Amino acid sequence: MAWVNAIIQGILTGGLYALFACGLSLMFGVMKVVNLAHGDLAVIGGYVAIGIITVTHLPVLWSIVVVVPLMAALGYVLQRTLIQASLDRSVLTTLIVTFGLSVVIENGLLQFFTANSRAIGTGNAIITSSFSLGSQIQIAYLLVVIFATAVIVLLGLQYFLSRSKYGRLIRAVADDKEAAQMCGADYRHVFGIAAAIAFGTVALAGIAYGMYSQLAPTTGTDTILLFAFAAVVIGGLGSLWGTLLGGVVLGVAQQIGAQINISYEVLAGYLVFLAVLVVRPEGLTARRARS
Amino acid sequence: MSEQGRGEDAADPLLEVRELTVHHGQLRALDRISLRVFPGEVYAIIGANGAGKSTLLRTIAGLHHPTEGSILLDGQDVTRVRPERRATRGIVLVPEGRRLFGSLSVEENLQVGATYARKGPWTIERVYELFGWMRERRAQRTAQLSGGEQQSVAIGRALVANPRVLLLDELSLGLAPVVVQRIYGMLPQILATGLTVLLVEQDVSQALRVASHLQCLLEGHTTLEARPAEVTAEQVEAAYFGLNVRPGPAPAVGERSEPLWPGSTRSSRAS
Amino acid sequence: MSVVTETTARSEEKFRVTRSRRNVAWTGGGALIVVVVLALFPYLVGAGVWTIMVQAFIVLTLASMWNLLAGYAGLVSVGQQAFVGLGAYFVLIIATDGLSPFAGLPLAAIGCGLAAVPLWWLLARLRTGYFAIATWVLATAILLIIERFPSIGGGTGEPMPGLSGFTPTLLTAYTYWIGLAVTVVALAAIYLLLRGRLGLVLTAIRDDETAARSSGARVGLARMLVFVVAAIGCGAAGGVLAISELQVQPTAVFTVQWTAEMAFATIIGGLGTIEGPILGTAVFILLQQTLQSYNAWYLISLGLVAIVVALFARRGLWGLIDEHLHVRLFPVGYWLWDPGSTGRRGVLGFGRRQGGQHS
Repeated sequence: MAWVNAIIQGILTGGLYALFACGLSLMFGVMKVVNLAHGDLAVIGGYVAIGIITVTHLPVLWSIVVVVPLMAALGYVLQRTLIQASLDRSVLTTLIVTFGLSVVIENGLLQFFTANSRAIGTGNAIITSSFSLGSQIQIAYLLVVIFATAVIVLLGLQYFLSRSKYGRLIRAVADDKEAAQMCGADYRHVFGIAAAIAFGTVALAGIAYGMYSQLAPTTGTDTILLFAFAAVVIGGLGSLWGTLLGGVVLGVAQQIGAQINISYEVLAGYLVFLAVLVVRPEGLTARRARS
Repeated sequence: MSEQGRGEDAADPLLEVRELTVHHGQLRALDRISLRVFPGEVYAIIGANGAGKSTLLRTIAGLHHPTEGSILLDGQDVTRVRPERRATRGIVLVPEGRRLFGSLSVEENLQVGATYARKGPWTIERVYELFGWMRERRAQRTAQLSGGEQQSVAIGRALVANPRVLLLDELSLGLAPVVVQRIYGMLPQILATGLTVLLVEQDVSQALRVASHLQCLLEGHTTLEARPAEVTAEQVEAAYFGLNVRPGPAPAVGERSEPLWPGSTRSSRAS
Repeated sequence: MSVVTETTARSEEKFRVTRSRRNVAWTGGGALIVVVVLALFPYLVGAGVWTIMVQAFIVLTLASMWNLLAGYAGLVSVGQQAFVGLGAYFVLIIATDGLSPFAGLPLAAIGCGLAAVPLWWLLARLRTGYFAIATWVLATAILLIIERFPSIGGGTGEPMPGLSGFTPTLLTAYTYWIGLAVTVVALAAIYLLLRGRLGLVLTAIRDDETAARSSGARVGLARMLVFVVAAIGCGAAGGVLAISELQVQPTAVFTVQWTAEMAFATIIGGLGTIEGPILGTAVFILLQQTLQSYNAWYLISLGLVAIVVALFARRGLWGLIDEHLHVRLFPVGYWLWDPGSTGRRGVLGFGRRQGGQHS
């Protein structure tokens, strides 16, 4: 039964990882940008939420309402300035600049907030407790809420991309940005919108992680970025639901590893990632092999 | 020496290119090219591969920066205007190779084209009427269409933006002749709604059939500029292949005082 | 008019192709003098300087390797710390078996080269962005695996055996000399490699991969070779690190900070030239010494400078110098001399990264 519990835990944490991953997937799918500062931005979102809660004593939900749009706006600005400038130069420049951003953010946080980790207090007793199914299965309410949030976000994204005007523009620009220009679309503006959405989800992910676990300056790279990337690779790029699948596979792999030996948890996830890289680098949901 | 057929307002071209010089790195692709397109014309640019035809269209559309020269739309200088702004001002390009949005459906391609459209007679509905087959297949992804169908969608996508000048780059590329003829057969309906067409075509006979004015490029220079009725096939051939043609920059529009080669009929370009 | 016309008009005059613009004997002799002076350092200056120099040697070797990867082979690795750590641990393992760590270092470096082959197989098919993060994941995975072995210290680390028989001054001197040796060998190896066939193949790949492939260049092999060489270099640097730290601690040797330092030093100094990392390392050491008491500040400033340089001075500080003085200390390119020109200005220079926009 412990194994069943592990698998259920793994599936639910998959939702969290999917939340980590969808921003990364969006930015790579649309702009071909691998944002190495992705995880650190999530941590910033979490820290800002902590700051707001500490100062105003508002419930967590209110901090989300403030932080997500704030980060989305930051995303638009960063994309139109720094990232677009790097894209105009070369892929290498983009990697260097986002890596530089990651280092600056992490060390900046380290400098101003010390290396101590913080959690986002939820205050609400129900959220922090869990319910039982049978004798050996314990499911934390928080995790279920996070999983549900991830599904809602993915559904929302899918609807937005397939039905709305900007969703269409984003897909068009991702296909051929020059052709989009010929239709009158400023692709830099569209990139900005995509980045804003990505940063918004990243902020949500950071806050979720801060509630589920703890946030430290290095969490961005140690945990969030690498897990997000693993989820994207396992699931396959180009599919939002693939990101959820990837997150779930990663989560389950980790929990199974933890069952064997608690210290194998993170390693097990990476080993599965490497296995997918070898056997099916295009990911589990891709229709055709990527070059 | 008359200007008949060049539009009512002979003094005001809709699209004007002046002394355009374009480089690809160190290679000079276009050398002081000039042209004037008047409203309602079908202006055809012909020439062999590498003559600079597509470069010319792309530069007019704003996708390429000229080293020298200027582009004017309705008398206004648009040389520095970004490509997407040029599209909303009325210069819309149907690029070489179609360049449809592969992961979008036919209808979505048209919807993107209509997103920043100007006011005008063309709507998605009207495009469906022009191309009879399109309405039924509008949910299909464009990657699954045939070449001719893709070309139609590409043209439709440009039309729904309600351009003033429609730039057509190598429509016939990769298409069967009968398909090409059918597509060119749509031109009159397109022109009837008040558009002007500037097209680039490798198939000379096709160009001669539809054009109201002709310009031939060779290695970045203009070697011929005339109305189809005024030139013979031999003259076109000579211009196309550069026989008996002196290399060097083409004289500016209106300044030519002698024929480019013996025996040709001057086209009049009263300025 | 075009160059072609000029050539046909003057076909009797010959074009000259040389490896460098000025007399290389000057810079070759100069380099030799520098190395000799550096070798004599322990006799000339105090021990405090040696420690800083060892730091510089480690960073310079790492930066040169990162430059080889990213600047010449187009491989942006954010996981080179894997080989830094592996090099340190291989030296540790060898020293635990009885061999002196100084003697074991070359073996450890070669071990890293061997380890690089299966790792390359995992990474070979990945595109730039994917390749970058995958190397990071790989490095983290290797760290997690190594921490599993208590015999080499587990998660807490292990002191380096075989170093206790020396007086502190002598130990520092030996560490200094081995650091110098590693750096000199690394730079010499890179210079010779790039000057030879590999350099030509890499430049061809950089300019147009498809064309290079169809001309017969073994693109995959060339990249793998570069990856292995970089692994050896980073492993050697890791060995020097382990010796200088007197211990091997997993989180210290496997931290991504090494990649940050080597990448930023290279970018600031100048990507795609051998001289760049030298300049970049100098800047790095300067920043580190100036801001030492401010902990994370030197990394923050390093990162910010790297971002600014990457965006606005793409060829780095050395690029700026090169542009104005046309100096090349390590000539690995070709200069084409057009006899028709005054001879002062070379017409074309190959072998260095052109400012390409194509991604």
